[in-house]
Amino acid sequence: MEMIKVENVHYFYKKDINDEVKTVALEGINLEIKKGEFVAIIGHNGSGKSTLAKHFNAILLPDNGRVIVEGIDTRDNEHLWDIRSKVGMVFQNPDNQIVATIVEEDVAFGPENLGVPSEEIRKRVDDALKAVEMIDYAKHGPHLLSGGQKQRVAIAGVLAMKPSCIVLDEPTAMLDPSGRKEVLQTIKRLNMEEGITIVLITHFMEEAVEADRVVVISDGKVVLEGIPREVFKKVTLLKKLGLDVPQMMQLAHDLRKEGLDINEDILTIEEMVDALCQLK
Amino acid sequence: MIKDITIGQYLPGDSFIHKLDPRVKILLAFLYIILIFLINNFYGYLVVIAFTLLVVMLAKIPIKYLFNGIKGVIWLIIFTAVLNATLTPGKVIFKLFNLIPFTDKGIDLALFMSMRLILLIVGTSVLTLTTSPISLTDGIERLLNPFKKIGVPAHELAMMMTIALRFIPTLLDETDKIMKAQMARGADFDSGGIIKKAKNLIPVLVPLFISAFRRADELALAMEARCYRGGENRTRMKQLKTDKRDYIAIAAFIAFSIICIISRRWR
Repeated sequence: MEMIKVENVHYFYKKDINDEVKTVALEGINLEIKKGEFVAIIGHNGSGKSTLAKHFNAILLPDNGRVIVEGIDTRDNEHLWDIRSKVGMVFQNPDNQIVATIVEEDVAFGPENLGVPSEEIRKRVDDALKAVEMIDYAKHGPHLLSGGQKQRVAIAGVLAMKPSCIVLDEPTAMLDPSGRKEVLQTIKRLNMEEGITIVLITHFMEEAVEADRVVVISDGKVVLEGIPREVFKKVTLLKKLGLDVPQMMQLAHDLRKEGLDINEDILTIEEMVDALCQLK
Repeated sequence: MIKDITIGQYLPGDSFIHKLDPRVKILLAFLYIILIFLINNFYGYLVVIAFTLLVVMLAKIPIKYLFNGIKGVIWLIIFTAVLNATLTPGKVIFKLFNLIPFTDKGIDLALFMSMRLILLIVGTSVLTLTTSPISLTDGIERLLNPFKKIGVPAHELAMMMTIALRFIPTLLDETDKIMKAQMARGADFDSGGIIKKAKNLIPVLVPLFISAFRRADELALAMEARCYRGGENRTRMKQLKTDKRDYIAIAAFIAFSIICIISRRWR
């Protein structure tokens, strides 16, 4: 069974009281996210990627089509809280998603809402903070933490609800490079070690490269889908969509255009070094 | 500098008083205030002062913190004292500048009132200095819980207080940033009279309010995504427990109250 299944989803932003003027945000999205997968969704600003993310845990409901989370339709109001505890969500601004004045109290917020017994919450909070390597900061005030640390606390807050999937909506957009690295490493570890399904919405191509699968969205439609190597090979198409290409991919593309006999699916610096050294 | 503002002036520590259940502390502080106003003679105040000093020593609060608290309202105390001393009818003892009469009963009353105000401030400071804002909120929520049935929104009040406390440093930071940004563009916050200064703050307040509303919106979304649906069926990680020391404190306080009530007859 898929973790999340998106079937022909349409979504309109109503700009008018009469629902007359409609801005199309999503236009017939079909997508399947398997259990334990790490999927990156990329697209330029206004492509609809954040709107799509908000469909995964029933913050938004599709105007047309449906979203199924572990067999439950997101429009099923009775299971709303089941869906939200299964699919956790981390947002862009780390400051605006931390509720409490102490780190561990904030991590406890989710399980407290679910009505988990006190001793069990204590255990979950400690486990979650250990998983994101923030246990040493359990008693700190969140305003004293760096951006990357705050975002890890936010991830711990979701983890404490024991979700099977975490959706991260541009979690690194407001962080500095070192904070970005911290968060990405945490996400990858959770995916590998805990087997949590990860959906990462991002516009950093270097982050998307780390995923098992990349989905490119433009104007509310899925335009490209596949493993990173295959997707990023299509340098010209991505550029046309207003997206960047990982640096090494771009370099390989340019070198080929200059007539150099080099593979076009080079993603990392190491691969590029290897490829260049083997040139005759 | 703007960051120095702390709400409640909590002084971390692990004294006997610090470790008391916040519910017990809030209730006792409340009763203490009532007692202060029940006392009607100087012997009674001696008892209260002795008890208060004992609590302050137990809590290991440096005296300077208490003086700071009193300093803030010293003019209020002097003002009430002078009014009481001059406006209460009675035998005139002396006239200041041959004009303002000080009466014997007035001076008595003035001393009582200043004593009451000072003890009131010291007593409530002991509460806020030894209880962290978060346990204060917790304590208030649980004390108000029984009144939920008559429509007191205990959980909502506590949640609002928690969020307010959480966002004070964030918004102070933001104010700092906006002020610097406006200063970089030539805004002047230091010159002019009060009205001009207040007017100059408008370009700071407008963006601050807009951002606060945006934050509130995002926070509400994040809370819903984490399954927040009000106080119903909610559990808490930290449970408040009364233990032996709370009973000792309550017993000591009862003894103190009895002495206070008896002291009303010592005149």
